[in-house]
Amino acid sequence: MSKSIDQIFVSAKHWLLSWLDGSPSWLIQITSSLINIFALLAVFLTLFALMSVLERKILGRIQNRYGPNRVGPFGLFQPVADGIKMLIKEDIVPVRADKSVHFLAPILIAAAAILALGVIPYGRNMTPFAIDGGILFFFAVGSTTELAVFMAGWGSNNKFSMLGAMRAIAQMFSYELPLLVTVLPVVMVVGSLGPDRIVAAQAEYTYGLVPRWFVFTPWGAAAFILFFVSGLVESNRTPFDVPEGESEIVAGHMTEYSGFKYATFFMAEYIGMFAISGLGLTLFLGGWHAPARALEFVPSYMWFFGKLSVLLLVYVWVRGTLPRTRIDQIMNLAWKFMLPMAFTCVIAAAVWHYAGRGLRGWLWSLIVIASVYIVLSIVLDTRRKFAPRVYRFAE
Amino acid sequence: MNTAAFIVIAIVTLSAAMAAATLRKLMHAALSFALAIVGLAAFFFLVGAEFVGLALVFIYIGAVAVLIVFTILLTRRDVQKDRGFNWSGVLIAAAVLASLTWSILKTQSTAIVAPHIRALTVKQIGQALMTTYVWPMQCVGLLLTAALIGALLLVIEEKP
Repeated sequence: MSKSIDQIFVSAKHWLLSWLDGSPSWLIQITSSLINIFALLAVFLTLFALMSVLERKILGRIQNRYGPNRVGPFGLFQPVADGIKMLIKEDIVPVRADKSVHFLAPILIAAAAILALGVIPYGRNMTPFAIDGGILFFFAVGSTTELAVFMAGWGSNNKFSMLGAMRAIAQMFSYELPLLVTVLPVVMVVGSLGPDRIVAAQAEYTYGLVPRWFVFTPWGAAAFILFFVSGLVESNRTPFDVPEGESEIVAGHMTEYSGFKYATFFMAEYIGMFAISGLGLTLFLGGWHAPARALEFVPSYMWFFGKLSVLLLVYVWVRGTLPRTRIDQIMNLAWKFMLPMAFTCVIAAAVWHYAGRGLRGWLWSLIVIASVYIVLSIVLDTRRKFAPRVYRFAE
Repeated sequence: MNTAAFIVIAIVTLSAAMAAATLRKLMHAALSFALAIVGLAAFFFLVGAEFVGLALVFIYIGAVAVLIVFTILLTRRDVQKDRGFNWSGVLIAAAVLASLTWSILKTQSTAIVAPHIRALTVKQIGQALMTTYVWPMQCVGLLLTAALIGALLLVIEEKP
């Protein structure tokens, strides 16, 4: 019973494809891909609509106000109203803008974000696009975002847009390095770049009790925190949202966008956030595996989306709690702290592997990470609580 | 299926490459170059060499294309000014064309497709890099680190 519920979407797809029995193989192949794409878009666009209203409601609660509560029950139809508003808004393109580049930038940025969703395993046998180098695919697609942001900034022919794009690209480049390096220990330990293999490696339970998720090892916990912070930066979320810091540079690279193009940017940002959280929980939080053997009757995709919701809640929580950082602080954090710590995670994972992957390895890798952390915090301490501001940018 | 995909990708790649060579605005040319690279990566995907295609996208779109557009942005002031016919460019293009033609003609007949080439997996490539080619790879790593430090030294400010 639980098995058939677990596989209900896979069976539904097979049932749909069975209508095409006897047709040429290319037709079946294309239909299969189209079903995957439609399912992905339906699920994640719904999630985007839900997230946009829930985020505003949770932020409202954090800031001791109501949040949207006028449209529909509990304000749940707010995204519909927003969508209609965005659709019928006038689409303004600046006279001096580079029309084609200005037009293509939001499309490219949304395409990159949606493509990245394709390689994440959402449940047992539920990877839309299962390839050998799935993790690499995710980051390769993600790296085109920088070009899209540049196109948006340059094509608008606006100083605020260009400055915002520069900031965005600078911080995305700096954090792509720790992001990639924190993925390395997992890839090393599993010995594969495929997300399915990585999820499968986290299936068992130590002593039948503690799941073998990588976040429960010292290197995994450290790498997960680094990954999460880098993910915050990559998706331009508070506290790292300087590219669109509205008190400084209007809206960054999105200044000259209005109406549905702006909505596309907004959507791409959220989809990117879903993708990076999905990858994070695939790598470190056991993917679609249940946290205990007794809970395995709950379908695998429920676990995936449950974990995803928890991560997204943390995103909103961080946004409601922390103030925006300065660009020089962000850069310093990336190069002086995040990168050395990320490399330490790689070394700690190697130590864990060679000490036998047991309790001994656990302690040794904890020692490695703790000692590097202590040394780094001593070296990086400025010994002044309120150091005078030193601007190394925009001089 | 594969033939149709090949023709579509070939048309996209070639037209993007043509656009990169002929467009008046330098920035448009740079972006078309990026599109041509995506087309090349699609070819690698088509023949099952995923790793090469992904590395191509990763390096050329994520790094080289961004480097090119920033170089254009930061150096060119007279974007629209026409420099007239460029003879040295013709010379370089002719040399590149000649060497490419020579190397294509020198290869064993391209019409014969090896029937049983197993697609290289990422794992095999990684093992080859870490065992057979470990010294060249370390040298490349050292070179890149040196370049990184050199770039830092160029932009670092003297403290007053």
